[in-house]
Amino acid sequence: MAQPRIGVFVCHCGRNIAGTVDVEALTEEAARIPGVVFSTHYDYMCSDPGQEMVSRAVRENRLNGIVVAACSPGMHEETFRHAAQSAGLNPYLVEMANIREQCSWVHRGPAATDKAGRILATVVEKAKGNLPLEPAKMGHSDKCLVIGGGVAGIQAALDVANSGYEVLLVERSPSIGGRMAQLSETFPTLDCSQCILTPKMVEADRHPNIRILSNSEVEEVSGFVGNWNVRIRKHATFVDQEKCNLCGDCVEACPVRVSNEFEEGLTDRAGIYIPFPQAVPSSYTLDLNACLGLAPLRCSECAEACEAGAINYDMQDELLEEEVGAIVVATGYELLPKESMGEYGYGEIPDVISGLEFERMASASGPTVGEIRRPSDDKVPKEVVFIQCSGSRDPELYKPYCSKVCCMYTAKHALLYQHSVPDGQAYVFYIDIRAGGKGYEEFVQRVMEEDRVLYLRGKVAKVFQDGDKVMVWGTDTLTGQRVEVAADLVVLAQAITPSAGIVELARKLRVSVDEHGFLKEAHPKLRPLEALAAGVFLAGAAQGPKDIPDSVSQGSGAAAKAVRLLSAPELVHSPEVAEVAEDLCAACGICAPQCPYEAITVEDTAEVNEMLCEGCGTCVAACPSGAMNLRNLADPQVMAMLRAALKEREEAEIAGG
Amino acid sequence: MAEQKHEPKIAAFLCRWCAYAGADLAGTNRVAYPPNMIPIRVPCSGRVEPSWVIEALRSGADAVLIGGCHPGDCHYVSGNYKARRRMSLLQKVLKELGVEPARLKLTWVSASEGMRFAQVVRDYVEEVRALGPYHGEFGVPRELHEVEENVGQLVRQAVSHG
Repeated sequence: MAQPRIGVFVCHCGRNIAGTVDVEALTEEAARIPGVVFSTHYDYMCSDPGQEMVSRAVRENRLNGIVVAACSPGMHEETFRHAAQSAGLNPYLVEMANIREQCSWVHRGPAATDKAGRILATVVEKAKGNLPLEPAKMGHSDKCLVIGGGVAGIQAALDVANSGYEVLLVERSPSIGGRMAQLSETFPTLDCSQCILTPKMVEADRHPNIRILSNSEVEEVSGFVGNWNVRIRKHATFVDQEKCNLCGDCVEACPVRVSNEFEEGLTDRAGIYIPFPQAVPSSYTLDLNACLGLAPLRCSECAEACEAGAINYDMQDELLEEEVGAIVVATGYELLPKESMGEYGYGEIPDVISGLEFERMASASGPTVGEIRRPSDDKVPKEVVFIQCSGSRDPELYKPYCSKVCCMYTAKHALLYQHSVPDGQAYVFYIDIRAGGKGYEEFVQRVMEEDRVLYLRGKVAKVFQDGDKVMVWGTDTLTGQRVEVAADLVVLAQAITPSAGIVELARKLRVSVDEHGFLKEAHPKLRPLEALAAGVFLAGAAQGPKDIPDSVSQGSGAAAKAVRLLSAPELVHSPEVAEVAEDLCAACGICAPQCPYEAITVEDTAEVNEMLCEGCGTCVAACPSGAMNLRNLADPQVMAMLRAALKEREEAEIAGG
Repeated sequence: MAEQKHEPKIAAFLCRWCAYAGADLAGTNRVAYPPNMIPIRVPCSGRVEPSWVIEALRSGADAVLIGGCHPGDCHYVSGNYKARRRMSLLQKVLKELGVEPARLKLTWVSASEGMRFAQVVRDYVEEVRALGPYHGEFGVPRELHEVEENVGQLVRQAVSHG
C-alpha cells in the first residue's frame, strides 16, 4: 500500500467535546503520529463549512485516509464518508474516533484528554491499515416468490405485484385465503371475514403480475439473495381448470365422504371438492387420498358425470423451475392438535370444540349457516363455556407463549353466541385479558357489560361428560370459589402453533426457526420482517401468533422490503466482509460451520460469498492458519491499534495527568 | 512509587451493535465511569481473536474486557456464544501461562444498558486494580517472549475453533 497520508479532524462539538478535552493539544498530538500529514480542529466538523474543510484538506493534501475525532460513528460516519467521497476519497478510508460519547461526556479533567489521545491514536492506526473497497454488485431476478396464500401472503403478493414486479404465490391447499377465509366475523369491528377477504383474493387472482400456484409446494431452493432457483411441485388436481365449469355434478356423483378440513371436521365432503364457494382459483380438486382409486375401472363416477370432460385421471404432478430474487414466507399457523388436550376432553367429548370450529359454526357460510348448534345432537346450547389459554402460557405441559389473539376472538365468540342465543349464558375462563390493540379493550368491556358474558378469572381443572352435559370444574380466583358449570358446549382457545412442515421449509430456505418452530427474524426489534438469510422476508403468523391487522401490516412490510431489493438496478452489499487468502488456506473447513449465513463453501479452499457475508468476523477468529481476513479490520490493524491504545505516554502527552 | 499510583489500563473490544452502543448511551446519558478503559469497536465479539488478548497484555494492558450482546441477542445470531467458548478456553490457557484468568473478562451489555455499561467498567477497573499491575510477562517471561511471535498463533490454534 501507498505511504499513509492521514488527515485528522478534531471536532469541538461546541463545548460538548472542547469543554472537557483540550482539542488544541489533541490536534498537535495527532500531528506527531507517524503517517499523519494533516491535522486541524474546528467548532462543528459536521456543519457544511466543517465538511468542506474535510473535502478541501483531502484534495490539497492528497490524503489517503481520514480520521474525524468527534462523536460516535453511529452519528456521523455516513456524513464524512460522503464528504470524503465528494473529494475523491474512497469512503471506506474514513474513520471516526469517538471522543464524545465514550470520552468527553463521561470523563473529566486531564484524564479525558489523555483518553481522547489514546482513542484517536488507536483509530489512526486502523485508518493506516484500511484499504479502499468497492461494494460488491450483482444482477438479480426481479420476480418474487410468496410462500403461503393466507391474508399475509396475499397482501405481500398484491403489494409487490402493484409495484410492477412478477409474483409467484405458492399455496399448499387448493385455494388461497388461509385461516381468514374460515373465520366468521373479525374482532373488534365485527366485519364479515370472508366479505373483506374475498375481494383481495379475487384481485390476486386477476392481477396480471400474480401467478397463483395452488396445490403446490416448494420442493427445493438453491442460490442466494437475488438469484434463487426454486423448484415447485404442483400437485395434480386431476381436474382441468380450463374445462371445469364449476357445475358440481362430480360432487353429487362421488360416493366417498371424508372429513371436511375447511369446516374443521364439522361436516364431511366428497372425494372431489371445492373447499368453499369463493375459492381461488375456482376449481375442483380430486383428493388423491380419499378417491376410491384413480383406475377408472374401480370408480369413475365423477368422470362419467362431468359433461365438460374436465376430469383427467392421468394428470401428473408438474415440476416448475423458477428463478426469483426475493422470497416472502407467510405460511401461517395451526392450532395445537386435539389429542394433546386430554384434561379438557378435547377429541373425546364431541361437544368440546376448538375456536376455529366455533368460527365455522358462527359463519353464515358454515355448516349450520351461522346458527350455534352443538355437534353431538344439533341442539342449541344454553350454557357455553369458553376456556382461554388452552395450551398457551403453560410452560409445564404445553406452550409457554401467549397465542395473542385468543382473548379477542373468545370475546367475539361470546358476543356472537349471546346474540345468536339471547336466552343462553356464556362463561369465559381466563388467566388475564390481553386486549392491546386499537378498540380491543373497549370491545372486551362491551362484551362483559352489554352482552352479559360472565368472565371468571381462573383455570379450568377438569372437563368431563355427565349425561348430555359437559361438566366444567374450575376456580374463580377472584372470589376464591370453586365453580362448576353444567355446559352444553365447551370452546377451547387452543394454542397457536406454526404450520406443519415449517421446519423442513426453513431448512430449504436456510432460515432459522425459534424453539417453538416460528420463523426467526434477523433482529427481534430492528429487523422483524427479515429472516437471517438475506432476501428472505417474513409475514404473518409464521413468525409468531398475530391477528389480521398485524399480519396484513407485516405482509405489506415484507413486500416493501422485497420491492426495495427487486427495484435496485444491482444488488449492493457492504464490502467490509470476510475474504480468504487462498495460498494460506488448507481447506480444513473449520470456518464454514462458524458462519450463521452459510456464506462459506469449502472445496479446494474456503470461499466466501460476498453477497451473503454480513461481516461479523467470527470465521476469521476461528481460522487456524490466518487465511481468513475481515476487510479493514485485519489482524495487523488490530495489533497496531492495541499498541497505540496502550502506549506509555510522556508526561507532556498526558497533559499533567 | 509509580507502582503505588498505578492506574490500571484496560483494552476493551466492544461489539458495535450492543456493548459499543451501550457505551454510547452511557455517554448520551452522561453516566460517568473511570477513564481506564480504551475502547476498540469490533463488529461482533465473535471477531475477537484470542491472540488479540495476548497482544493487549503484551502491549501494556493490565486486563482485557470484551463486551458483546446478551445471549440470544447477537446481531449475527451466535457470535457471542462462539466468543464465550473461545474466551473461557483462553482463560484456561492464561492460567497455564501464569496469568490470572480475571485479567480477561467477557460481558454482555445491550444497546439500551448505558447504566450497566458504566457499572461494568467501574467494577472491572476496581477488580483489576486489586489484581495489581500486569508485568507484561507470561510466567516464564523471557523464554516466552522469545517465542512470542508464535504465542498468538499457538493460542489461536489451541482455542479458536470453538
